[in-house]
Amino acid sequence: MTTVDTAHLAAMFAAIADAMSADRDRLCALDGVIGDADHGIAMELGFSAARDAVAALDAGTTEPTTLLNTAARSFLNAVGASSGPLYATAFMRGAAAVKGKTTLAEADMVAMFQAMAKGIQDRGKAEPGEKTMMDAWAPAATAAGEALAAGTGLAGSLAAAAEAAKAGAEATKAMIATKGRAARLGERSLGHMDPGAASAVTVIEAMRIALTG
Amino acid sequence: MQTKKIINDGNRAVDEMLEGILAAHPRHLKSVDGSPRSIIARDGPRQGKIGLVIGGGSGHEPSFLGFVGKGLADAAAIGNVFASPPPDPILECAKAADGGAGVLFMYGNYAGDVMNFDMAAEMAGMDDIEVRTVLSTDDVASAPVGDRHKRRGVAGNFFIFKAAGAACDRMLSFDECERIARKANDQTFTMGVALAPCSLPQTRRPNFEIGPDEMEIGMGIHGEPGIARGKLKTADEITDEMLDRILAEMAPTLGEKVAVLVNSLGSTPLMELYIMNRRVKQRLDDIGVSIHASWVGNYCTSLEMAGASITLHHLDSELQTMLDHPCDCAMFRAG
Repeated sequence: MTTVDTAHLAAMFAAIADAMSADRDRLCALDGVIGDADHGIAMELGFSAARDAVAALDAGTTEPTTLLNTAARSFLNAVGASSGPLYATAFMRGAAAVKGKTTLAEADMVAMFQAMAKGIQDRGKAEPGEKTMMDAWAPAATAAGEALAAGTGLAGSLAAAAEAAKAGAEATKAMIATKGRAARLGERSLGHMDPGAASAVTVIEAMRIALTG
Repeated sequence: MQTKKIINDGNRAVDEMLEGILAAHPRHLKSVDGSPRSIIARDGPRQGKIGLVIGGGSGHEPSFLGFVGKGLADAAAIGNVFASPPPDPILECAKAADGGAGVLFMYGNYAGDVMNFDMAAEMAGMDDIEVRTVLSTDDVASAPVGDRHKRRGVAGNFFIFKAAGAACDRMLSFDECERIARKANDQTFTMGVALAPCSLPQTRRPNFEIGPDEMEIGMGIHGEPGIARGKLKTADEITDEMLDRILAEMAPTLGEKVAVLVNSLGSTPLMELYIMNRRVKQRLDDIGVSIHASWVGNYCTSLEMAGASITLHHLDSELQTMLDHPCDCAMFRAG
């Protein structure tokens, strides 16, 4: 049984920031095809700011909720753009889901993960199938819950989430964008992976490795 | 191969630009203490006046902060390159612009801007500042006419903000300022053409590919793909293609007046803009529409992108009054 504390979450943000730096140019290139080529920059900037802000907290005296809210605010103010409000809302909802807890059990972590996905959906108002990051986050949240219920533990749950996110991002290639900036392209967005879904895979995979890898 | 830019550090480009702008225009502009991305007019906000807050990503200079000043916008929130500002600097602008009568948020219709400005509006509401929002949607190429509300806001911001700023400066009611802002948006039509890409300071790589002999009609000001790509044509042919779409929607009648903006996306020089403007005049003369005023130059750019946009602003007597109302901004003066 894995238990996650504030220090683990701080390490998780460091891992996501590293993964985003490594992935920056690929994400910018994906965004250049159907958007304005800045998605990788925004994601690297946001997670670097979140990493630095949570690293400055005292992990011994900070609750997970405070850490997640700190990450949200620093991400938002570093980035703006679309990814700022979306990921900031994700972390704030994740924070609310684990409020009052000092350590997080496996079910808490999956609840946090699902709250993050719900937060992105509520803020962006996108439904799966509209070629956005929701096409990775929504199936990932569902898969995480199902795997946990099937008794796989947090490692199995996040592994299922990462697999579902990958499949979801892949499926965006066959979708026509109806939300976000790429929506103006209509059918010209066909054949290209949505950069927001691609970066969601990177986030989820980095979470998996940091927490259970 | 990286593009060439005169910068120190791509990640510092926006803040260093702002330092330079404040150094150049100390009579007009200052930043909010503790919020360097919130730029306010020294001579704008006042008691009882509806505050006008504009904003958006950097890289479009002189948009947006060039239009901050008496008679136009009271404040502009500045984002990273091509990225909406986050809620905090927008909220600081709202506080600075508030004269107790309410604050109007105006910006181009992009998903990121809408989310950040809406969050800021909620936060302002908690501080008892009433905020209303009018989005600009002047880019004819970005959605069909039936989906006007889905269109992007581009260079036509110039006329839309101008009308709203004048209404606010004339101390009109919140309802009237909002109505005039919406009307100005409804009467503003822009078409763009891109010839060569721009590159972000952080990546210094071209943000889209285009052949050496190609142009793209309708491309967005962040390089969003447009509606038709083809071989580069002559200035008159390009201008005609753009005007045909604008005039089809605007449908001006004999004797009516328009204002014209021929705008460079960054590296297209004045010479080419004036060649286009010549054709605009010929075409409007042909249909008996008179030009009340024209602006030709850099008003809403896309870093160093090559290309231009044409905006027509369809005037009635009210919008003409708003356009002629004096304003004094750092990078734009009228009246």
